[in-house]
Amino acid sequence: MAGTTHIHLAGITMAYRLGVDVGGTFTDLLLLDQASGGFWRHKTPSTPHDSSVGILTGVDAICASAGITPADVEIFLHGTTVATNAVLEGKGARVGLVTTAGYRQIMQIARSFVPGGLAGWIVWPKPVPLAALEDTVEIVGRMDAQGNEIRPIDDADIRAALEKLKSQGIEALTISLVNAYLNGAHENRVAELAAEILPDVPMSLSHIVLPEMQEYERTLTTVANAAVRPIMRTYVRNLRTKLRDSGMAGSLSLLRSDGGLMSSEKAEEHPVSLLMSGPAGGVTGALWVGKNAGIRNILTLDVGGTSTDVALIENLEARRVRTTEVGHLAVRASALDVKTVGAGGGSIAYVPELTGALRVGPQSAGAIPGPVAYGKGGVLPTVTDANVVLGYLPESLLGGTFKLDRAGAKAAVQTIADKLGIGLMEAARGIIDIVNENMFGALRMISVQQGYDPRHFALMGFGGAGPLHVNAVARLMNSWPAISPVSPGVLCALGDATTQMRTETARSFSRRFSETGEAEVQAILSEMAAQTRAELVAEGIADSDVTSLFEIDVRYEGQAFEVPLSIDAETLTRDGLAGITARFDEEHRRLFTFNMDTAHELVNLRAVALGPLLDLKAPALPQGNGDPINAKLRDHELWADGAMAPAVIYDRAKLCAGDIIPGPAIVIEMDSTTLIEAGCTGAVDAVGNILITLA
Amino acid sequence: MPAQIIQADSTPFNTVAIDPVTLEVIENALRNARIEMDATLVRTAMSPGIREQGDAFPLIADSKGRMIVGQFGSYIGPFLDGFDGTVEEGDLIFLSDPYSVGGAISHSNDWLVLLPVFRNGRLVAYTSMFGHMSDIGGKVPGSMPIDATNIFQEGVRIPPVKIWKQGVYNADLIKLIMHQVRTPEWNIADLNALTAACRVASRRIVEMCERFGDDVYASATDMLLERNYRAMKHLVETSVSEEKVSFEDYICDDGMGYGPYKIKCTMWREDGRVILDFDGTDPQSKASINFFLNENMMKMFFGIYMIMVFDPQILFNDGFYDLIDVRIPAGSLLKPKFPSALSGRTHALGRLFDILGGLLGQGTPEFLNAAGFSSSPHLFYAGTDKDGKWFQLFQIGFGGIPARPMGDGPDGHSLWPGFTNVPNEFLERYFPLRIEVYETVADSGGAGLHRGGNGINMVYRFLEDGVIAIHDDRWFVPPWGVNGGEPGTRARKVLVKNDGTEIVLGNKLEDYEVEAGEQLKFITWGGGGWGDPLERDPALLAKELTQGLVTVEGSRRYGVVLVDGLVDEAATEQLRTEMRAARPEVLPTFNYGPDIETLRANCLAETGLPAPKQPVWHPTAKVAA
Repeated sequence: MAGTTHIHLAGITMAYRLGVDVGGTFTDLLLLDQASGGFWRHKTPSTPHDSSVGILTGVDAICASAGITPADVEIFLHGTTVATNAVLEGKGARVGLVTTAGYRQIMQIARSFVPGGLAGWIVWPKPVPLAALEDTVEIVGRMDAQGNEIRPIDDADIRAALEKLKSQGIEALTISLVNAYLNGAHENRVAELAAEILPDVPMSLSHIVLPEMQEYERTLTTVANAAVRPIMRTYVRNLRTKLRDSGMAGSLSLLRSDGGLMSSEKAEEHPVSLLMSGPAGGVTGALWVGKNAGIRNILTLDVGGTSTDVALIENLEARRVRTTEVGHLAVRASALDVKTVGAGGGSIAYVPELTGALRVGPQSAGAIPGPVAYGKGGVLPTVTDANVVLGYLPESLLGGTFKLDRAGAKAAVQTIADKLGIGLMEAARGIIDIVNENMFGALRMISVQQGYDPRHFALMGFGGAGPLHVNAVARLMNSWPAISPVSPGVLCALGDATTQMRTETARSFSRRFSETGEAEVQAILSEMAAQTRAELVAEGIADSDVTSLFEIDVRYEGQAFEVPLSIDAETLTRDGLAGITARFDEEHRRLFTFNMDTAHELVNLRAVALGPLLDLKAPALPQGNGDPINAKLRDHELWADGAMAPAVIYDRAKLCAGDIIPGPAIVIEMDSTTLIEAGCTGAVDAVGNILITLA
Repeated sequence: MPAQIIQADSTPFNTVAIDPVTLEVIENALRNARIEMDATLVRTAMSPGIREQGDAFPLIADSKGRMIVGQFGSYIGPFLDGFDGTVEEGDLIFLSDPYSVGGAISHSNDWLVLLPVFRNGRLVAYTSMFGHMSDIGGKVPGSMPIDATNIFQEGVRIPPVKIWKQGVYNADLIKLIMHQVRTPEWNIADLNALTAACRVASRRIVEMCERFGDDVYASATDMLLERNYRAMKHLVETSVSEEKVSFEDYICDDGMGYGPYKIKCTMWREDGRVILDFDGTDPQSKASINFFLNENMMKMFFGIYMIMVFDPQILFNDGFYDLIDVRIPAGSLLKPKFPSALSGRTHALGRLFDILGGLLGQGTPEFLNAAGFSSSPHLFYAGTDKDGKWFQLFQIGFGGIPARPMGDGPDGHSLWPGFTNVPNEFLERYFPLRIEVYETVADSGGAGLHRGGNGINMVYRFLEDGVIAIHDDRWFVPPWGVNGGEPGTRARKVLVKNDGTEIVLGNKLEDYEVEAGEQLKFITWGGGGWGDPLERDPALLAKELTQGLVTVEGSRRYGVVLVDGLVDEAATEQLRTEMRAARPEVLPTFNYGPDIETLRANCLAETGLPAPKQPVWHPTAKVAA
């Protein structure tokens, strides 16, 4: 795809966007020429000790291949798992927590929940709280559930508490007081004194980070924010400096969990919004592909080495949720509704002695030692090995330097076949069927379980192994076409490069509709809209380019589950609050099959401000005559319908628009392999996506 | 007369061969269907007990009523045996009377719906779910009068009836039932939620039958049952001895001044089957602490404890039931006669898990856990507020989790699956109360190499006059420690009057009037300890001191001397040497604390409450042999 001409428009010298996604193994880069829509992609090994090293190597390489310098890059867009990993690996900062008297053990008790069923407590390793109990202090002062002060705070008491935290060497501070979501005055006073006593320690206040009811969730979210702030700050500042040194003067933005972008400065303050930045990149990339392919309803299937992420896009809008789940923590921050299952290329197959059942995952061989076929010391059979045995992953990939060890993979899968008393190929196919089924289960959770009919959606597979499984999973889901998007291996970077700025603010409301006036809601929303617009304007976006949206969370009074409804100001004026309750009833019926006579409660209000959306077109492929013969690399054999069958291997780079590939076939490219099953055909669309349908 | 099953097509399913992959796929799909049931329920239920705390249990059974997925084993068999009616397409059966289902639900507060699933006129499965209703009428708010002497005082009793009969909804029936309860809005929503959950699962089963074929689906569920049977057979042969082992533990009191009540279980293997014999358990109580234990439920508890360790991914089902024989004497605490009261049954239910742990662990003490599955503390608070609006709170509390072979017991966590606490800000917003303190109690976990989890001290300040009720246990007989570990501390309830005086309240209390401004200290038990306390790392004690989880004085139980927050190494060494010299060479496997008579003698001084009196049974009330 390299070689697209770059057209200089008068007066514009920097017209490039650069998307960079840092994964566990590879750093993917995607450079977009905004004027022409042409793009360059590049993959370089990640450098986990300091990922900026790998990023800079990649920046140099991709700029060189495009014939530009980093100075030509106007916007640097970045998805990162730095915050995620800090939480998962417990490498966050030492957080001091200030709580209300009587609540010191709030993080220790958590929600008292023990996972794992009836005897689960016997084997549950209780995680250590993100803010240590010894670094948690109490202060007097109390708000009631209406936000009125019922006991005052005391400066001397606060000072003593803060001095104690100071002497213990905390690196970040969280202030989270009971009922502060209704009145932050006490938290603000603590913050004032902390600025004096702990001047260099970054602070997070619960009524600012998350002004919502539920003391544990609010505290946890605020603590999580505090814990990753120092790491995020170091990371972002280091990266910014290095990029500046390389000559890049453009802006640096990071991808939020909800698929929007935020400035790197804001990311330093509010890293809790970035915990699902990684998976969000794939979904925003899928949105861009869908837009170009004219497909508006998409289920995404992002298959990595250890896990698979799935999400639902309806009418080119990805579903969002209010909770971000990272490891065992459920943090209250908006995120795309991405479900993760422990099923990926590295998932290990095994047969437990007791039951003789065939299990696949969630244990994974990871990158090291990896699947047996990679020849890096792995000995346990994995999904990748089963794919190699079946011929779905050819022994030599494009480029030729890396050869898969098929004999080793066979020997490993044979151990499973022996335990089950079935043939080698049947065992390999069994492993694939089971891992596909696990992906299917995750996809059902975000579709059928949410009231969506998967037959109205296409399924897009990406990430290293997505295009290998997408055809089979589409069969299970009845979601057609199965899409292998252009550049499936760097779709995350593509998503980073093509999404828009986003910011939001939320407020608890918790009142019946019958006791609520339209004017009051309008006034609060306008105020929140002004606040979020101002944030984007401060980032350098013209006010006229900012779009405001609103979300209102509604439930039947007494329910625990809110339905978020998006709305704009005009619709609210036209249909009033009654329009909202009617929409809620409709949505509730879709989700749960019934409505109730109970009063409706307006739970939360949110305002979202969006920056301008770039209308970037994917470059068109040359039109072919429908026959992919010119892209044929060689003949091949693979397992299909219970026997080895002849198949053809194609080179993706040589495919033309309109080519029709009969299955079974394999399409290979630099970093990904697409499997078209027997009984299916793959059609290459105008921009190079392969759309697989039943023949 | 057993239920009559009406099918347009009653052709039996053909048994077909299933490859291991299809079997795994179907097992997964069933697991997902069950997760969907839970998710649907939590989102649409309304009472805090279900929506916030998760007090509800799903089940999917095969066409014969055997549980394929679920938690507490199937009650459908006993139900069908006793149901004098038909089961037809379009029916939805509803019930709450424990005596109608052999105790498979254990008190009338649990409302159960049962949905037979038909495909092309043939019964292919059952889906079912029960959940705890906040109120079902009767003599007290919450409908669980601890002082009840018969089940009629415990609210509306629903025999098996049909809410939907061949697709027709019986609105009058629901109206009649909801007229009996104090919280009809909650109950209607919760009942809708239970029904929605069953319907979701039934859709999934029909889809599975469409995808694989009815015969394949039916054969696969047979194989899943068979797989559990084989796994359990192996476990039974290798880990249950032919020699009899017994274990006994107590319910502290019955809320009427009598106690403790003994539960005893003896286990042995005979002809390849496990016998669990409750002979020696005390006769039933005149009060409400009876627990009508269903034999199948006991089999399931046993199976879960056994299987958990070996293949946690396995789907528990009813397949192994034939391998276990549960014998419960009629007229005992665990098989009371109709119309005995049952509303205080939660204590014996919890205690069974302690007994099961003690029983199974005797042969292999390294796998033994301490005690602490000891109760399910309840608080009820109800009244009419200043605006004349009725309020009613039912809240389930938690205590300390026992110390385990793998490490310390978590502080203030739930032993019940899926349960969570209710956010205090939620309580304060929707009920006239304030939670002044929410912490765990230092030193309440039993000392040991692994410390028992601390109990919780939750201080409620009532903002309106009202009545409260309390159900808790483990206030008299402490939760035991194992392998040298010490018992945890006992539960305690204290009311702080507005003039500052403190009154110790009973742990089983009904209809107690409180005034606005008064505070209730609701303190739960600590888990028992595991292993020799003198082996615990002294540095850990120093750390837990700064965390407020132990005190300087409490650390001495571990032989650790802390001075200014630091370990005094020399003094610690000396104290540990003295303590070792003063105790027996071999530490007991179980440490129950003082014997019952000593506990009685010191009861008032130690707990602030008079000792319970030994229950006396009239000769005719003797347990039938």
